[in-house]
Amino acid sequence: MVEEMRIVLRNLGKIDPLKIDDYINAGGYKSLQKAWGMSQMDVIQEVKNSGLRGRGGAGFNAGVKWGFSYNTPADQKYVVCNADEGEPGTYKDRIIMEKDPQSLLEGMAICGYAIGATKGFIYCRGEYPFVAELLNQAIKQAKDKGVLGDFDIEVRMGAGAYVCGEETALIESIEGHRGEPRFKPPFPGVSGLWGKPTVVNNVETFANLPSILEKGADWYKAIGAPGYPGTKVVTLTGDVANKTFFEVPTDTSIRDVVFGLGGGIPNNKKFKAVQIGGTSGGFIPEALLDTPIDFDSMGAIGATLGSGAVFVMDETRDIVDIATRIAKFFEHESCGKCTPCREGTKRMYELMVKMNNGQATAGDWALMNKLGSTMKQISLCGLGQAAPVPILTTMEHFNQEYKAKLLA
Amino acid sequence: MAMSDYKEIIRQYQNKSGGIIEAYNAIQKSYGYIPEDAVAAAASAFKVPKAEAYGVATFYSYLKIGPRGRNVIRICESAPCHIAGAEEVVKTLEKELGIKMGETTADGKFSLEFTECVGQCQATPVITVNRKPYEGVSAGNVAAILAEYK
Ligand SMILES: Cc1cc2nc3c(=O)[nH]c(=O)nc-3n(C[C@H](O)[C@H](O)[C@H](O)COP(=O)(O)O)c2cc1C
Ligand code: FES
Repeated sequence: MVEEMRIVLRNLGKIDPLKIDDYINAGGYKSLQKAWGMSQMDVIQEVKNSGLRGRGGAGFNAGVKWGFSYNTPADQKYVVCNADEGEPGTYKDRIIMEKDPQSLLEGMAICGYAIGATKGFIYCRGEYPFVAELLNQAIKQAKDKGVLGDFDIEVRMGAGAYVCGEETALIESIEGHRGEPRFKPPFPGVSGLWGKPTVVNNVETFANLPSILEKGADWYKAIGAPGYPGTKVVTLTGDVANKTFFEVPTDTSIRDVVFGLGGGIPNNKKFKAVQIGGTSGGFIPEALLDTPIDFDSMGAIGATLGSGAVFVMDETRDIVDIATRIAKFFEHESCGKCTPCREGTKRMYELMVKMNNGQATAGDWALMNKLGSTMKQISLCGLGQAAPVPILTTMEHFNQEYKAKLLA
Repeated sequence: MAMSDYKEIIRQYQNKSGGIIEAYNAIQKSYGYIPEDAVAAAASAFKVPKAEAYGVATFYSYLKIGPRGRNVIRICESAPCHIAGAEEVVKTLEKELGIKMGETTADGKFSLEFTECVGQCQATPVITVNRKPYEGVSAGNVAAILAEYK
């Protein structure tokens, strides 16, 4: 029987998120103090050894990332928390921030100490003004208590742009510009916000740190899948009985998430597909449901763990119609900086509309494959690279649904 | 609230690095939109060309230059809300308000816009009114939500 395991949500329902004393009484800020008693290198080494990898989608080893910033000399360095949470079907960062904001602040302060930064920013999506308010109150409480030492944290609001979740676009946005991704390298770890070494991590990544520091790298490394240890907070949407969030070890299978904790498909319907990681994720058919949700296992089946969104579709759903809606999302959210994404998302949406209306030919089918693989290979950022994935994976796994709509 | 406030708002953020988006967000919170003149004022306050101040304001889909309804209703059309019946909600809202998506009612009270996922997908479909989320919306409860703002 699959069970939840709470690390980032360990305080869920046990503390009042806006009472810092509750957090402190539950052991809060001991990890930051412990970190202060260690050398910066030792903190980074501990995080590296824990195997903690980014929870925002790219899965990069957090300690290794911190090492880049630590090793780059600069008069000022920055810690940036990515709370843009734009992947449709995802709301786990909101839950973490609403239920236990101090965990995030403590995690950021640990990072700040490790890399030598005294300033942190939380980039909160424009859709969450109430979360920004809550964070500001939590920051004020932490400052008043003096628990953050000389580490300062400021909340900056986005204004409705999915691409601003991409770390360099996010940095551009904090700087007050259009949120267009930068060319990499240099990576933010070396040259990020205002050209300074900057660690960008996801909310959930930071929220793991207090427990890692408290219980140690070996404890953490032993949980879940060896290559991507720990837990993942997943959010279930679509045709699933329990539309809610769960925190599970990363070696949990997709089937256990959907049919175990998720309670399966309601109304006696059968399962058709699940899309994991948000709208940029691949579609997964029944045959692959025993795959564990960890980053590498998902990659091996041409899917992603991404943000941990789990969008379930029952047998009555029209896959081509859903893929068309997704194509519109990318056409709308492309920032327009690079041609393969700007033009590609537009043409792909046109082709999908044609397909969905039963007017596409075998030639269009071939064109979609070619366009999709071109976008994957040569788009500047992950938006354009991932945009064709839902379409290509549905063309692969739900081929017959497309074929049924093709012109004879 | 006074309608000439934007100069004061800009002044508050002027010395903040990258503060132009913060200023725009604050102006929009106060006015419901960004007045044309505020863009020019922001350009000079933040020492960027007008084209850039314009470019920033038009890049973000939650920022809008020029007047619109006092209450902005956004309907999430991302895939989870799409399959949960967002289209029905759109139709009901259009009928109740007598306008189409993208339009504003003649009395200036309501505007209808699409949005992508607003992160409240635990009960789809979702709409927001002035960024406040309403979950599990259906043809049956649209009127009650609108009544809060009439
Ligand atoms: C189009 C696009 C959108 C993204 N959106 C988010 C997001 O909303 N939240 C997030 O944490 N990472 C997002 N990312 C990933 C970030 O670029 C970056 O990898 C991440 O913030 C690093 O933090 P992590 O290592 O802790 O995951 C996005 C990437 C792309 C290409
Ligand atoms: S998909 Fe509509 S709120 Fe998330």
